Amino acid sequence: MLSRDFIRFAASSVLSHRTRSALTTLGIAVGIAAVVLLTSIGEGINRYVVAEFTQFGTNIVAINPGKSSTLGTPTGIFNTVRPLSLDDAAAMARIPHVQSVVPVVQGNAEVEGLGRQRRTMIYGVGSQFAEAFKFQVAAGDFLPDDDPRAPRAYAVLGSKLKKELFGEAGVLGERIRVGGDRYRVIGYMRSKGQVLGFDLDDTVYIPAARALDMFGREGLMEVDLLYAEGAPAEEVVAGVKRVLISRHGGEDFTVTTQQQMLDVLGSVLGVLTFAVGALGGISLLVGGVGILTIMIIAVRERTGEIGLLRALGATRHQILRIFLGEAVILSAAGGIMGLLTGVGGAWLLHLAMPAMPVHTPLSYILLAEAMAVVIGLLAGVAPARRAAAMEPLEALRTE
Amino acid sequence: MIILEGINRIFQVGDQQVHALDDIHLTIQPGEYLSLMGPSGSGKSTLLNILGLLDKPTSGRYVLEDREVTSLSDDEQARVRGERIGFVFQFFHLVPRMSAFENVELPLVLAGVPPAQRRERVGKILEQLDLTDRAHHRPDQLSGGQCQRIAIARATIMHPSLLLADEPTGNLDSKSGADVVQVLEQLNAGGITLVVVTHDAEVGKRARRRLRMVDGRIVEDEAG
Repeated sequence: MLSRDFIRFAASSVLSHRTRSALTTLGIAVGIAAVVLLTSIGEGINRYVVAEFTQFGTNIVAINPGKSSTLGTPTGIFNTVRPLSLDDAAAMARIPHVQSVVPVVQGNAEVEGLGRQRRTMIYGVGSQFAEAFKFQVAAGDFLPDDDPRAPRAYAVLGSKLKKELFGEAGVLGERIRVGGDRYRVIGYMRSKGQVLGFDLDDTVYIPAARALDMFGREGLMEVDLLYAEGAPAEEVVAGVKRVLISRHGGEDFTVTTQQQMLDVLGSVLGVLTFAVGALGGISLLVGGVGILTIMIIAVRERTGEIGLLRALGATRHQILRIFLGEAVILSAAGGIMGLLTGVGGAWLLHLAMPAMPVHTPLSYILLAEAMAVVIGLLAGVAPARRAAAMEPLEALRTE
Repeated sequence: MIILEGINRIFQVGDQQVHALDDIHLTIQPGEYLSLMGPSGSGKSTLLNILGLLDKPTSGRYVLEDREVTSLSDDEQARVRGERIGFVFQFFHLVPRMSAFENVELPLVLAGVPPAQRRERVGKILEQLDLTDRAHHRPDQLSGGQCQRIAIARATIMHPSLLLADEPTGNLDSKSGADVVQVLEQLNAGGITLVVVTHDAEVGKRARRRLRMVDGRIVEDEAG
């Protein structure tokens, strides 16, 4: 039997019950539309988050104090984690490929200026912070390259904080208090917006050494290294380990490359996309049951026809293929309907809510259609096998 | 040539065994015209089904055109049915959603014959049976006689050597029935072996060889 005849034959019986076929198809269409729409939203969010993360560049290595490992004995006794000091940070600047080193201390404190007060985020950073993370100064300068251990009491304001405290007035040279200490404002930053919920504009940047004093901390919370574009991350990581192990006498720190962070993020977001996709998959399952039901009915209704086809020389295999073909035609048609609805829905959603990130990769479209076909096959197998197993004579007699 | 040797067919009905065919020996020459008559339950339809490979004998040997067909695989039997045997049923068994043309075409489609050849062959046979103007009608738009002629066209489109008709006139008025019998006899005149199962003595009498069955046995076999 020629393939096109076989498709035509299967299609003719699908088309002979228009309403019934359309309704069955609708079940799959709803499922596919749900899968496409939900995964589009998931993928959109995924891309949005990754873009937020990589806007600072991908050639960044973060060093945190402490080592995450599992030990057999309570760590209290052997806990010899040494804090990351400013000297450690300075030592890392000499590692090959490293372009800038940014010590980071973070905390909350009261900021006072022009008689107004605001509790806000304080970043104690090195002078290379703005360069490393591509932050731009709107006016004035970023923190100067002072002796890291005894920097001058200069502060740089985030754009929002500047507006809250000083309004549109000039701010350069003004005096403010941060956590009770006096600072001179030497610049303020251009607006950076929110990154993953953190408002980077509602901040004050002060030298790391002063932040350490103010918060009474022993060591830095993090040191970020920016290395040359294209340099191998492994070499930089190895350099960091060499330097710090020789200074600390052991590996009591954790090195994380941006790529690792992205990988972790990617896997978390991938699970999210998969989870919403699976949610849509449930409706697809229901659609599959619909096809199964209709195919069982079709096989029962057309028992006489099956007997006739067998009498006319059809093999069991041909009968199997005809009924499988019908199930696949139903599910594939539903898949196409669902794709159009899903992609159209994602597009409308994007129009209605531009802030909502939506993205439908072509691979998802193909995958969704393939999934519809597979569901058709799965739903069709049992009824088609039943049809193929019928004895020709028995089948002929039922009409 | 058809040879049946020691054919038995036993049905299990509940805990009772029904001997539908009891040691049938029968030889049919190519081109013969045979009628099978007998009361209900005499086994004539069962015999026809075995001849058509729609049913398997419980025991015995069936040779069709020098080939032992009882031991063939399912697929091989389907092939023999498709190529060598044509069926005509009492209730026509046309596919209701298909046109007359498509119904006649069906065996060719199943056999994988290309469309151009199919059109030609179906067109020719419909013309012979004077059904050309009915080609695109569906079965529910045709009379019983027309339906049965379509079914005969379908049964012979593959040029089988054996045509089996199970009560071909049983569902027709006498005029249409006579037409159908005439078509069948014409085909037989063209060389096809024709076996007709019927209740109708008038139809049965027309065959050159007449078998009478009772209780699964052939009790009369007269020729001429």
